[in-house]
Amino acid sequence: MKNWFIYILLIISISACTKDEIEVYEPTPMPLSIPQIFSQNIIPPVIPNNNPQTVQGVALGKKLFFDKKLSGNETMACASCHSPQNAFTDITPTSVGIDGTFGSRNSMPLFNLAWNYGERFAWDGKELSIERQALEPVQNPIEMHSEWDDVVNKLQSDPEYPELFRLAFKTTTITKELTTKAIAQFERTLISANSKFDRYSLGQATLTAQEENGLNVFLDETKGDCFHCHGNPNNPLWTDNIFHNNGLDSNFTDLGLGGVTGDTNDNGKFKSPSLRNLAYTAPYMHDGRFNTIDEVIEFYSTGLQTSSTVDPLMKKVTQGGVNLSAQDKADLKAFLLTLSDPSFLTNPDFQE
Amino acid sequence: MKRIFALLVFTAITLTSCGEDLDDNLVAKTEVETTFNFTHNWDDTAVTNSDFNTVQYTNANGEMLSIEKLRYLISDITFSREGEEDIVLDIYNLVDVTNNNNLSFTPETKIPTGTYTNVSFTFGFDAEDNVDGAYLDLNSESWAVPNTPMLGSVGGYHYMQLEGKFTNSTTPETGYAYHTIRAADGSTTPPTIQETAINVDLGPVVIINDTSFEIKMNIAEWFKNTYQWDLTQWNNMLMPNFQAQLKMNENGQNVFSLGTITQ
Repeated sequence: MKNWFIYILLIISISACTKDEIEVYEPTPMPLSIPQIFSQNIIPPVIPNNNPQTVQGVALGKKLFFDKKLSGNETMACASCHSPQNAFTDITPTSVGIDGTFGSRNSMPLFNLAWNYGERFAWDGKELSIERQALEPVQNPIEMHSEWDDVVNKLQSDPEYPELFRLAFKTTTITKELTTKAIAQFERTLISANSKFDRYSLGQATLTAQEENGLNVFLDETKGDCFHCHGNPNNPLWTDNIFHNNGLDSNFTDLGLGGVTGDTNDNGKFKSPSLRNLAYTAPYMHDGRFNTIDEVIEFYSTGLQTSSTVDPLMKKVTQGGVNLSAQDKADLKAFLLTLSDPSFLTNPDFQE
Repeated sequence: MKRIFALLVFTAITLTSCGEDLDDNLVAKTEVETTFNFTHNWDDTAVTNSDFNTVQYTNANGEMLSIEKLRYLISDITFSREGEEDIVLDIYNLVDVTNNNNLSFTPETKIPTGTYTNVSFTFGFDAEDNVDGAYLDLNSESWAVPNTPMLGSVGGYHYMQLEGKFTNSTTPETGYAYHTIRAADGSTTPPTIQETAINVDLGPVVIINDTSFEIKMNIAEWFKNTYQWDLTQWNNMLMPNFQAQLKMNENGQNVFSLGTITQ
């Protein structure tokens, strides 16, 4: 009888440690598959703690990305301006919305977004995460011209979506925040790292003499000097993800980063785009003013315009640029084309 | 009853053994934290990123200039003691004044208290550390030097990027990019390589507690001592300019100084 107190204490202690028998559903983790060329050269991608990658989240995000329900009249999806066949951009200088109105900016290609360490997205850096970026086009009157409340209602009354949201986020109550989280998860899977140059860096391919000379033009401060803003073989993102005034204009009709920060020193600055998949992402620049890679190279060679915020790296501005020889221009283009990753365009995981 | 008593005594001992040992706080520290705070000035006028983008500084050659970007690398902080081996912290820190990043740096390794005959660091990387592609975080910052024949096929990393615009009575506002790297001349066979990292001595210090060192950079020194830098001649494309890199190294010898030490 004296021992009863000890026995009860032991039973309570042991039972408190037993596993809760109720099975709790959890989405299946799906860490990003990091390509060797990235893991060897650069730091890991940025995945927000409050939106981990899951199999169900990515699948939901993909369905949403291609679903026209997200637009006001259900004629446009995210993929309308971000087409897989064009490295997730489109082919017009600026993009047309559901009402036939064109915006003022070129649609940015989408790949390797999780490696944007500064997490400023869009040409002007106004979006501070992929999740937040995904909110904008839906409600932009010259883009998808919808209201998030309407979109959420449509998804909620859909026969499939509530269950897909439950699988992805453990709730059938759909919100715009969960919708953009799913889209962001899918967008983070859009990884491009299988270009000829990637294989060359891994010792699996060789460059032609012309491509090698083009690389040297790219890396030569007295010639192309592209590497300060567009990466190098040690930074295979081929962008610094930073904002520069690259000398497009003397007077700005679009303030770019300056329009976001309100700092006049940022006027005319736009994000350096990645040079990966350049072959598929024409036209070029934030307003799509150049139709071909040749035009872009010619601009940097002879077309620079001066202004108070032009980047100090844009040298010989008064002479229009570094005046590359015809051979160097051709070689530079040959090198740039080695950054193309055709397998990215046809990856079945990225198709509707 | 005896068992209950024993159980209570055991519990009491267990619980009290988890308490903080207050005596620990009375023992003098034998190892302390060191912090390096990087400040910047133009001949004693403080410079922060809020002063950037305005043409307001005059260099020794009479050119007016602005600063738009300033970031630089320091490494191998070393503590020297009489009769003992140097304590070398095999670390690096990329000071980014433009974005106010890493202006304060506390190495993970603690330092024994005592009298040090010298504290020093390396501006840039020495030959042992300047290994092409070796540092993923620096690669991600696009801090690498191209590994090309023109630059001696040695790659490595920038030491400093100082950029802005300059002007004088005859030159309109023009960009400059004062980038320091290991000097390399790829036009010779074999390439001529000269190490241009700078050893910066801060002098003796007695360390008795956690210590903060103020490391001052006088930016004006890059343009005046001992070589009076002419920005109209050397303003851009300086990475493959072997002679310019040697002059940068020359001028960099007196750029850094020790400011306040607090313990």
